[in-house]
This record gives sequence, C-alpha cells and structure tokens, in this order.
Amino acid sequence: MRKIGQASGEHKARAARGLTRLLGAGLGLVVMVVSGLAQADQLNMPVGVTDISRQVYDLHMNIFYICCIIGAAVFAVMLWSIIQHRHSAGYKPAQFHESTKVELAWTIIPTLILIGMAVPATGVLKAMYDTGGEDMTIEVRGYQWKWQYKYLDEDYNRTFDFFSTMSTPQAEILGQSAKGEHYLLEVDKPLRIPVNRKVRFLVTAEDVIHAWWVPDFGIKRDAVPGMLNELWAIVEEPGVYRGQCTELCGKDHGFMPVVVEALPQDEYDAWYASQLVAEKVRAEALSKTFTAEELMAKGEGVYGTFCVSCHQANGQGVPPVFPALAGSDVVTGELKGQIEKLLYGVPGTAMQAFGKQLDAADLAAVVHYTRNSFGNDVGDIVQPRDVVAVKDGE
Amino acid sequence: MSEVVVGHDHHDDDDHHHGPAKGIARWLFTTNHKDIGTLYLWFSFAMFLIGGCMALVIRTELFEPGLQFVDPEFFNQMTTNHGLIMVFGAIMPAFVGLANWLIPMQLGAPDMALPRMNNLSFWILPFAFGLMLSTLFMEGGGPNFGWTFYAPLSTTYAPDSVTFFIFAVHMMGASSIMGSINIIATILNMRAPGMTFMKMPLFCWTWLITAYLLIAVMPVLAGAVTMMLFDIHFGTSFFSAAGGGDPVMFQHIFWFFGHPEVYIMILPAFGIVSAIIPTFARKPLFGYDSMVYATASIAFLSFIVWAHHMFTVGMPLAGQLFFMYSTMFIAVPTGVKVFNWVATMWQGSMTFETPMLFAIAFVVLFTMGGFSGLMLAITPADYQYHDTYFVVAHFHYVLVPGALFSIIAAVYFWLPKWCGNMYDESLGKLHFWLSFVGVNVTFFPQHFSGLAGMPRRIPDYALQFADFNMISSMGAFLFGFSQLLFMYIVIKAIRSGKPATGQVWEGAHGLEWTIPSPAPYHTFTTPPVVSDSNAHN
Repeated sequence: MRKIGQASGEHKARAARGLTRLLGAGLGLVVMVVSGLAQADQLNMPVGVTDISRQVYDLHMNIFYICCIIGAAVFAVMLWSIIQHRHSAGYKPAQFHESTKVELAWTIIPTLILIGMAVPATGVLKAMYDTGGEDMTIEVRGYQWKWQYKYLDEDYNRTFDFFSTMSTPQAEILGQSAKGEHYLLEVDKPLRIPVNRKVRFLVTAEDVIHAWWVPDFGIKRDAVPGMLNELWAIVEEPGVYRGQCTELCGKDHGFMPVVVEALPQDEYDAWYASQLVAEKVRAEALSKTFTAEELMAKGEGVYGTFCVSCHQANGQGVPPVFPALAGSDVVTGELKGQIEKLLYGVPGTAMQAFGKQLDAADLAAVVHYTRNSFGNDVGDIVQPRDVVAVKDGE
Repeated sequence: MSEVVVGHDHHDDDDHHHGPAKGIARWLFTTNHKDIGTLYLWFSFAMFLIGGCMALVIRTELFEPGLQFVDPEFFNQMTTNHGLIMVFGAIMPAFVGLANWLIPMQLGAPDMALPRMNNLSFWILPFAFGLMLSTLFMEGGGPNFGWTFYAPLSTTYAPDSVTFFIFAVHMMGASSIMGSINIIATILNMRAPGMTFMKMPLFCWTWLITAYLLIAVMPVLAGAVTMMLFDIHFGTSFFSAAGGGDPVMFQHIFWFFGHPEVYIMILPAFGIVSAIIPTFARKPLFGYDSMVYATASIAFLSFIVWAHHMFTVGMPLAGQLFFMYSTMFIAVPTGVKVFNWVATMWQGSMTFETPMLFAIAFVVLFTMGGFSGLMLAITPADYQYHDTYFVVAHFHYVLVPGALFSIIAAVYFWLPKWCGNMYDESLGKLHFWLSFVGVNVTFFPQHFSGLAGMPRRIPDYALQFADFNMISSMGAFLFGFSQLLFMYIVIKAIRSGKPATGQVWEGAHGLEWTIPSPAPYHTFTTPPVVSDSNAHN
C-alpha cells in the first residue's frame, strides 16, 4: 500500500495553504449568506411564541449550521481538487487507494458530531412529551375537511364545541375576485385559547387521517381515527396563529386551515362565558318550532359549511362521486329517508354520518333547505322534532 | 479495487448462428441480457416521460395561487401517479436495465443465470403499468391517496379503481422479485474464474445488496396491499379503527417496505458513481473495502429506521428516540462513501466528460439531500418539517440529482459500449448544464417554502408561498424539456457518431471494457481468466 502523494513536498505545502485559504473564504461566505437568509421572513422556520418552538428553532439552526460547515469543507476540498488536479493542467494521478487510519477517522469523527447533535435533541423531545399539569383540555377532531374543537371540563366532559371551516370564498380560489391577505388561512370560527396557560390538545379524527399543525407553537400531530394523541402549548403572546392540515386527507386537503387565537385571560373568560350562553340557546332550539323563512336562512348557512364542498353551491354535485341534490330522488322523496341518510351517512361513499356533527335543529334546517332549493320544491316544513323522531327510531 | 487483467483473447467470439431474431419476435421472446436490458431502459424512459408530464401538470397548477387548470381531485391523482410511476416505473426498472446490461459483462458471464425468467420479469411491467394508468380513465378516477396510500384514505374512502391499483402493485412486485432472484443467482454463480467477491466492480456489489433488500421487502408491500384488498372487498378491518383495526399499523407495514425501498433506489447509484469517478480521475477508487462495508451497513440500517417517516403519528418517547438515533447513524456510512469519492478525486488527473459531470453533481447534490435528511432525523425539528415542502425538497434532491443523475451518467458512460458510437460530447455537456440548473431552480426554493410552512400535496397555497412556487415551476419546465435533448442525444448516438474503441475511456478498467464496442450479441461464451496481479490488495 502506497502512502498519499506523488506530488513534491513544496507542491503539497502550497496546496495545503491554498486549501486553507479557500476553506476559510468559503466558510465565511456560507455563514454570511445563511445567517442573512435565516433572518429573512418566509425563508425559514418561524421562531414561534412558545418555549418549545424556540428550542426547536435553535435545534434546527444549530444542525443547519453544522451541516453547512461540513458541506463547505467537503465541497471546498472537492472544488480544489477539480481546479488543481486536472488532466488538462498536466497533473499526474497519484495511485493511493486506501488508508485504514483515514477511514477510521471519517467514521469516528462524524459519529461524535452526531452524538453532539443527539443530546440536545433528546432534551427537547423529552420536554415536548411532558404533557401533564395542564390548565385546560381541548379535543381537536379532524373531519373531511374541517376541524371540530371540543372544550372539555375537568372530567373530560364536553362543555361546548364548534366546527372551524375555511372561510375563503370560492370566488377568490377560482380567481374571480382578488385574494385576501389570509387567503386559504382564514376560518369562520377560530380556536380560542388563553395565553400563558398550559393547554392540552387531544387530537383525533372522525374519517381519514389528518394532521393538526400550528407552526408558531412548534407542534404538529397526526389526527388518526380511533386514536387520541396528546399535544400541549403554553402560548406567551396574544395573537392569531395560522397553520394547515398537513396529512393528505382527500379532495379538499389544501383547504382546511388551522387558526388559533390566543387571548389575554380576561378576554378569553368573557368569550368562554358567551359560548356557554350560546350553548344553552342551542339546546333550547332543539324543541323549538321554526318558520319556513328561519329554516331556509339557517339551512343555507349549514349547507354552506357542511355540504357545499361536495354537492356544490348550485346543488349539482360532481357526479358520479358526489351526486346532484337538484332533482334527486332522495331529496325530493320521503322525508324520513333523507333524514336517515344525513344522520347515518351512506356507507362506502363520501357521504358522512352528519348525526355526529350537527344537532337536530341544524339537520332540520339543512334538510328543509335542500328540499326547497336548486329547483326542488317539496314544500313541507321540517322541524327539529322530525329529526329527533327519526333518531329515536320512531 | 476491481481492476482485472484478462488472460484470454478469445472470450468474446461472436457465434453468428446465435444472432438476434428478426423483427418484433426478437423483443417479445428474447432471453438475451443485452436485449432485455435495452427493453428495461426504454421502458423506464417512457415511464419517466409520462411521470414527468404529470409533474408538469402539478407544477403548472402551482405556478400561481388559486385553482386555474385542474381541480383538486385530479391534482391528487397527479401527485399520486407521479410518485408511483417515477418510483416503480422509471427509477427501479432503469436500474434493472443497467444490471441486465452490465452485471454479466462485468462478471465475465455469458448471460443472466435465469434468462427465461428475465424475459418474464420484464414483460410483466408494461401490463402492470398499463393497468395502473388505465385507472385514470375509469369512473371516479385513478388512485388519489398519495404514493404512500395511507389507509383509510386508500381503503374506505378510495375510488373504485383502487382494486386495479392493488393488482398493478402485485404485478410490479412479482417482476421485482424475479429480477432480484436473477441478479442474485447471476452474481453468486456466474462469476468468471478468479472474479472473487472482493474483486467485483462496486456496481455488482451494490446491486447484490439491493436485490436482497428487494426480496426482503417486496413481499411486505404485497402483504399490505392484500390487506387493503380484504378491507375493501371482504369485510375485514385490518386498517379500520371502527372494526378494531389500526390505520397506524398500515403505516408501519408500508414503511417497513418503504424505507428499504428508498435505498433500493440509491444503492445501485452508489455503484455507478464508484465506477465513473475513478475512470475520469484516472486513479483507483479510494477505500473499495470500506465502500462494500458501508453499503452493507446502510442496507442493514434501512430495516430499523422506518418509523422516522411517522414521527408525528404519536409513538411513545422511547420509540421516537430509538428511531431518531438509528436514523442519524445512517449519516456515518453515507458520509464514508462521500469522503471516499472525494478522496478518489483528490490528486487524480481529472477530465470532465458528461458522465463525470453528472457523477460530480451527484456527489454534491446527493450530499445536500443527505444533510436535509439528517435535519429530518432530529425528531423535534421533524415535527416542523414533516409533510411540508421541506420534505419534498429533501427526497427530490436524493432521487433526482441522486438516483436519476446516476442513471443518466451511466447511460452516457456505457452507451458507447452498447451501441458502438460516441455520443455528441458538446450536446451531452449542454444537457448536463440545463439539467443541473433546472433541478436546482426547481427544488432548492422548495426548502424555503417548506420551512415557511407550505404543506405538501396541496393544489393551492397561501400568498406568501407564491414567489418560490413560481420559480420552482419555471425550473421544472426547464428540467423537463431538457430531457428531450437527452433522448435526442441517445438516438443520435445509436444511429451515428464517432466509432468507440473497446476501452472507450482512457481510464476505464474492468471486463466490460475488454470486449469490442458495440458489445457483441453474445459475450464471454468462454469465461475470461481474471488475474489479480493488479488488484487492490
């Protein structure tokens, strides 16, 4: 085995000096560029507003810098070789082709660097898994294609819940009107949490797998049907924080944003109290008798949130996957049959069981709306008690 | 090192009564490894163009915010089929094609060990992909659940065509397993006298290990799709939580296949680059033995890292830590390879023909993909990267300037041996620079959009991602259309060009360079004698 080098000693020394200079210059340039880029907005991971998100950011940057330094060193050696050791420059090839010492060095040194990376990463991961000691718990449930937020009391019973659906109008998506500032990242009703409280999120899904992500909190977790995943955050600054579903969940995967509004404690308390009142009103509506006009107005709202993405605003659907409601035998047929389809869904199709998502008043309103819209003209009036009757098997 | 000296001069006598059959029968019934290699390569190129068109549909829709050209349903079919076709139709068959052409010639064998099975394993593929592409024209559309086809989106919520997709995957799996058995049988049994394992070219070594990976994991994939089939049609609930099954189990099974699959697509590339760099550096490969051991280590590690694709799925802390550490450790053998290539170049006497340019770009850009891979291994940071464009950038860096560049480099490197003519060097260099610029313009900005929070597999995006997506789309068109130039260069070289010598490249060593160019239809009907006088030890 021959040792490195046919080049003369002088040549080697010159090469080494040049290489050092090149390495230094390359490193300086890389550090300058990357630190500039890192500070620029929208080029890098957000630092975020939780202790965890800051730790994750630091971890990300440190590993990034280490990779840059290693990359700069390796590529500088390569570049030097490409410039100096050219056939066209008359460079004669050396014939060395192995060295156990060198191989050992570049096995052991990277291993040590990796251990250096793994230690802080382990610490951050352990901190993230410390889910105990929460101040409040919210269940986050993914549906095709919206989020349901259920506020739980100390015994994990529901106090109230609501759906959070993208509010960007279809006209903006189709380019028929100018796109707003928060295009695709805005919802009708954001999740609201208090600042400086440890909020625990129980993440799950109703149909397919989704993923709940708020970049500024440094947390993301898959929402898996039949499984409850735990996450937590202590948000330090009031504000509106935006994220998206990150697990492919079907047609409108790109249109189910996550919006969280962190409120100062007093504002949060006031909002929470108003939600409890609204919940009471909602419960009372279940036994109320509505007029046709009230039902149409309420039904149009429900349709716009829950039905429109498949059956379309004009009720024409996207056959054959999403059938038309206009002129449909089901919608213009017997009332009980239609209510059952809404309550229990249609197995093997995309039609979900809305009995779990909507209460009797909402279901009655949307049934009434579809029976008397898109050219359908059934003319009957559907009340919440009709839905309750079907639900109870009457 | 794998340098060998050939003692006999009469190993390449071309028996003229055994020439190729005439017409279409030659290609349908051939058992000749060179013909089958050619079939595989053209097939994979056709799939590459089809998958590339799908990528351009995706990039066209993403050129600007808003929905302009396709609806989200079709967009999902495009992302799904682009992935499936590029992985199973372009990259894998291209490597099998190269294996067919090169392994017998590099080992001094007359053909593959199982020539009839070789014919079968190729001819399954057009039917498998015909079946899969036909789903795009079916009622309800083709597969739209991503190339990873996570349940229950791919079972309860899938379009009806998923059944055809399942059978297509079964056929691809059968083809891959047969191809792998053939490669293993050839390498274990057909080496010329004196061609010991540690004298084999690294391409043979990397393919031997790849073939074992394929045999180990393709049945796992077959199991996963069979369970899907049962869930869809026969009322089982393997992956349905409502019936007592577990959607997460699907992901464990899929990635137990999927992670070795990633290395199936890169190990043969390591072999190719390890042949090209020493040739144009006119210097033996540095650390041949360590290259073999590093390849074997990577293959072993590939079986114990799968859950790093699932860090956000909700695993216990101990599980997360194990998969983080094991994944990080892959950087060590991979680093050894990169260092060895750089050490091979160091104090060589380099020229920069097109194969060398692609090989150097491979080393640089694959290493960058490796760095982002290391970042992804850090679990807490992965929570932020997971399922964003950062991941898209990462795996395209290892698969496009990684696997694909190595295939293109291999075609330029061995094309003169296959067709007997040199390709047009200036056009080849032009192709390289267009591809190099195109690939970086396409994928580099995706790191930024991912870090800034853009999820993958979305047909429309928020306004802050607009600039990077526009740049990325322009790069994609540049890269895509540059590949038509590649096709032109290859066809031009097949039809005409400066006749190639037997050795083709000044620095080329190995048995395939001892036979004339173009390689006769039958080579090494009498085994060559391999001498170790000039070998690495």
